[in-house]
Amino acid sequence: MSRSALVAALALLFAAQPASAGDRRWGGKLLLTNGVTSVEGAAGGGLATWAVIAGNETRDGVGGKVNATLVALPDFDLESFGAAIGVNDRLELSYTHQSFDTRAAGAALGLGRGFTFQQDIYGAKLRVIGDAVWDQDSWLPQIAVGVQHKRANRGAIIRAVGGRHDRGTDFYVAATKVLLSRSLVLNATVRATKANQFGLLGFGGDRHDHYRPQFEGSAGIMLSPRFVLGAEARTKPSNLNFACEQTAVDAFAAWALARNVSLTAAYVDLGDIATVRRQRGAFLSIQGSL
Amino acid sequence: MLIAAVLLLQATVATPPPGEEPIAPYMQADANAGAKPFANDQLWQAFHGSAGVSRIVNDLVARNQKDPRISDIFRNQDMVRLRRTLKEQFCYILGGGCTYTGRDMKTAHKDMGIQQADMVALVENLQAAMRAEHVVFAAQNRFLAKLAPMHRDVVER
Ligand code: HEM
Repeated sequence: MSRSALVAALALLFAAQPASAGDRRWGGKLLLTNGVTSVEGAAGGGLATWAVIAGNETRDGVGGKVNATLVALPDFDLESFGAAIGVNDRLELSYTHQSFDTRAAGAALGLGRGFTFQQDIYGAKLRVIGDAVWDQDSWLPQIAVGVQHKRANRGAIIRAVGGRHDRGTDFYVAATKVLLSRSLVLNATVRATKANQFGLLGFGGDRHDHYRPQFEGSAGIMLSPRFVLGAEARTKPSNLNFACEQTAVDAFAAWALARNVSLTAAYVDLGDIATVRRQRGAFLSIQGSL
Repeated sequence: MLIAAVLLLQATVATPPPGEEPIAPYMQADANAGAKPFANDQLWQAFHGSAGVSRIVNDLVARNQKDPRISDIFRNQDMVRLRRTLKEQFCYILGGGCTYTGRDMKTAHKDMGIQQADMVALVENLQAAMRAEHVVFAAQNRFLAKLAPMHRDVVER
């Protein structure tokens, strides 16, 4: 399922190229101005979804990206693979498959050692107004709206721990601005969501089962055309009685190795996950883009 | 004295400076530069003044002519004039106190079919030229922030 979606996305991406390649140049975004890949697969920071559109193409073309991300925590591992298409720097369609390995903690939680939660995330993002990079004479940020439909695979466990649904849809508004005169990249996103641990533990719970706005913020400083340092914070609902969720934070470095390849490394603190405390570790992501 | 100055001014408008081709007459004004200058000469110093900007512009034009992404657009254009007006424009914006005598950005780039991706190619070449001149990255970005909005006049499709 996940693999075929990935292949389909890539096929679409490459099929879209030749049609327009005759009268336009390849590429067309400054390095890193399309962001990196956020956990849910959309173009963004590591934790936050931004208003920028995936891929290197401008209003004149169809671009895209693929990514692989590993979050290595003391007691868990989160792996994700995804692909996204950016159409005319306007519309982004993304797909990501996440798998969350409980390793030894799985046994302690009574799930079994190496028990794995998985989730598919289908995203769509539409740039509404503004240009984060080029409109430097205006304060107006680039603003996008988006949805992320998430399907978790462990419905029975999710219900056993008090979760209400194994599927859910997040809605968000993101605003991103590059302040070139200060070499800063800023982002703020408001997300309406019911997701427990990004959706891996389902949606809604025995404590709350309604949409509540959550905040995602990122700030980065550009140190060279290829290198950005930054930090992020993301609030999450705490819908389940059995385990509290805290705000996630990270400090990241994004490096454009080449025009088409970027690497992100972060120190991330996801707080407590399913009663297992202090999940702080490394976030590593590699992205290839066209 | 005054009459001599007026006569001289008229003469420069009528015949192009040495090495340049004649072009259609236009209204001359600093506003043609397309951005307001910085209030002081801090940036001008960061770009190493007239010698630095001169090296950056020469390097930029050379890179554009060699860059397969955009070299076609520069073919058969007046590079002598382009270097001169770019130096004036950069000097004016950077707070170097020059007068800009070139055309406005819309007129200068009319009918070239410049795309957004060409604009990026040019900015990348400018970044490389500024880097070769060892302009501090933060100062490069402050200058680019002045140029970026010009995409609205430069990019045609
Ligand atoms: C912020 C971006 C840009 C700035 C500040 C800029 C500045 C200038 C200036 C000052 C002139 C001379 C005007 C005159 O002759 O009176 C000029 C001309 C020219 N520009 Fe640009 N330019 C920009 C973007 C571009 C781009 C993206 C291209 C193509 C890739 C380009 C290609 C040209 C060419 C070929 C000429 C010569 C026109 C002629 O001789 O008739 N420029 N530009």
